[in-house]
Amino acid sequence: MMEWQALALSLKLAGWTVALLLPAALAIARVLAWKRFAGRRLVEAALAMPLVLPPTVLGYYLLSAFGANSALGRAFVAVVGHPLAFSFAGLLVASLIFNLPFAIQPMQRAFEAIPADVRPAAACCGMSPWRIFAEIELPLAWPGVLSAMVLTFAHTLGEFGVVLMVGGNIPGETRTIAIAIYDRVQAFDTRSAGLMAAVLLALSLAAIAVAYSTSRRAEPAGGG
Amino acid sequence: MAAEGRLFIRLAQRAPIPLAATFDCAPGEVLALTGPSGSGKSTILRCIAGLDRPPDARIECAGEVWLDTQRRIGISPQRRSVGLVFQQYALFPHMSALGNVVAALGHRARAERESRARALLASVHLAGLEHRRPVELSGGQQQRVAMARALARDPKVLLLDEPFAAVDRVTRHKLYRELAELRRQLAMPIVLVTHDLDEAAMLADRMCILHRGRTLQIGTPHEIRTRPADALVARLVDLRNVFEGVVRAQDAPAGRTRVEWRGIVLEVAHAAQFAVGTRVAWTIPVGGVVLHRRDRPSRGERENPVAGMVVECVELGDDTTVGLAVDTTVGLGVDGPAAAQITLRVPTHVARRNGLAVGVRAGASLLAIAIHLMPWRDSGRDAQA
Repeated sequence: MMEWQALALSLKLAGWTVALLLPAALAIARVLAWKRFAGRRLVEAALAMPLVLPPTVLGYYLLSAFGANSALGRAFVAVVGHPLAFSFAGLLVASLIFNLPFAIQPMQRAFEAIPADVRPAAACCGMSPWRIFAEIELPLAWPGVLSAMVLTFAHTLGEFGVVLMVGGNIPGETRTIAIAIYDRVQAFDTRSAGLMAAVLLALSLAAIAVAYSTSRRAEPAGGG
Repeated sequence: MAAEGRLFIRLAQRAPIPLAATFDCAPGEVLALTGPSGSGKSTILRCIAGLDRPPDARIECAGEVWLDTQRRIGISPQRRSVGLVFQQYALFPHMSALGNVVAALGHRARAERESRARALLASVHLAGLEHRRPVELSGGQQQRVAMARALARDPKVLLLDEPFAAVDRVTRHKLYRELAELRRQLAMPIVLVTHDLDEAAMLADRMCILHRGRTLQIGTPHEIRTRPADALVARLVDLRNVFEGVVRAQDAPAGRTRVEWRGIVLEVAHAAQFAVGTRVAWTIPVGGVVLHRRDRPSRGERENPVAGMVVECVELGDDTTVGLAVDTTVGLGVDGPAAAQITLRVPTHVARRNGLAVGVRAGASLLAIAIHLMPWRDSGRDAQA
């Protein structure tokens, strides 16, 4: 049987992750693409860490950071009233961190691909920094921004290791569809597991299709 | 000096590119910034546009101070009213030609932007191509869009950064004519960056010779080619006949200065600023060297006569360039053998009639009035350039 609640939670988590990460990743990607500063490589390497770190390892450290023994954990309890670990908020924080490279890297490449003199030219046309961002940078970097959003969304839907570590398996709070699939397999309910796996597969395929078709369509105009 | 519409520049910095440039440009004037690559030409344009900010500078245009580091004034590029044509044009690739021009019309009322953009595109001969995107335009057409976009701002100064470098030769000559035509309607100072001396001489009212960010000389193309400030300028503007000599006598009453060059004493138009015994550089335009006719000697041959062997004889259409290795009594110095070679240009038919060819002996006169003396100092200091 299909667990709609788990699917809805996954979609909610992915939606919030994309919504919150988009502005932050845009800002970080622009800085990394255009600003030269000491320690830039180090920052890039740190942001790429989630790509190579085993999800359980990342989840373990996040769990430690969220716990009652950490300053962050205590501060969260003091403000919100419940611990960060094993809550949707904790899951969201973990998801934001885990998705940093998936959101930033495609945007950074897209910003780097904008010809060097185009932004100065816009400034010389009298366009304000905001207009330059909205009318020049964003349209030119759009394929990269879109593929970053799609990747982040799809990746969050399917994330398992980190979610299990910091969120556990609380229905309606932290039980995402990936966890639900695992849970159903453990219970030998392969029919439900298979159904939900197929839904996740379809969603992932759709996401990849969107990302590829937009980047392909943008290619011929990429030069100039 | 009247500041109305005029551009004044003073820039100084050490890194990343050393700069020590000072010049001005009058409304309607075309000033060419010329020099080898890496001499800071483009950096200076970027400073005027406000894209780069040197630590010690003052830029004033049309009575407005755009940058004054001492008074901590620095206006953003957006508020400088500059039209800049970039080297690779830097058009907005996702916008049509019309969109590119409209983008620079933000200071005008919304209702008139499109019609103004169309008029500008028509003025650069692009009517009918408004809806093409940059990739769908040729190099020359892209340059015209960039020009229209630069003018769209109603700029107080027009800056052109190597605007002809990226197009083929035929298109370039067409664009030269268009710029020459266009500039008659433009009332703002125009600063043209180019490494091409012929281009600068053709299009500019004055040239500013730059070397490692330093202004070496500012003057009309003719002044700079015939009266370079020093040997370095002479070399940078590719003068052929640049030599070294020593002042031997000053004869003010006769209006003559005598310079010894490799044992030959040359009579030169009086140049009082050089004391007897001073080491100088001297140059003579190829047109100031007159070939002696082998069949019929004439009176003019008494003026600074030199004789030697023809070592180079290159026919270039109607003209023939002749290299004469001059007989000198003093042995070849540190300059090496090429330094004693004088280049002259004669009509090809004259070269043929006189039987000029490599290995033949010939004589020539160096016209005193065409010889220009320069301080020696700079050529030594920057010789490695």
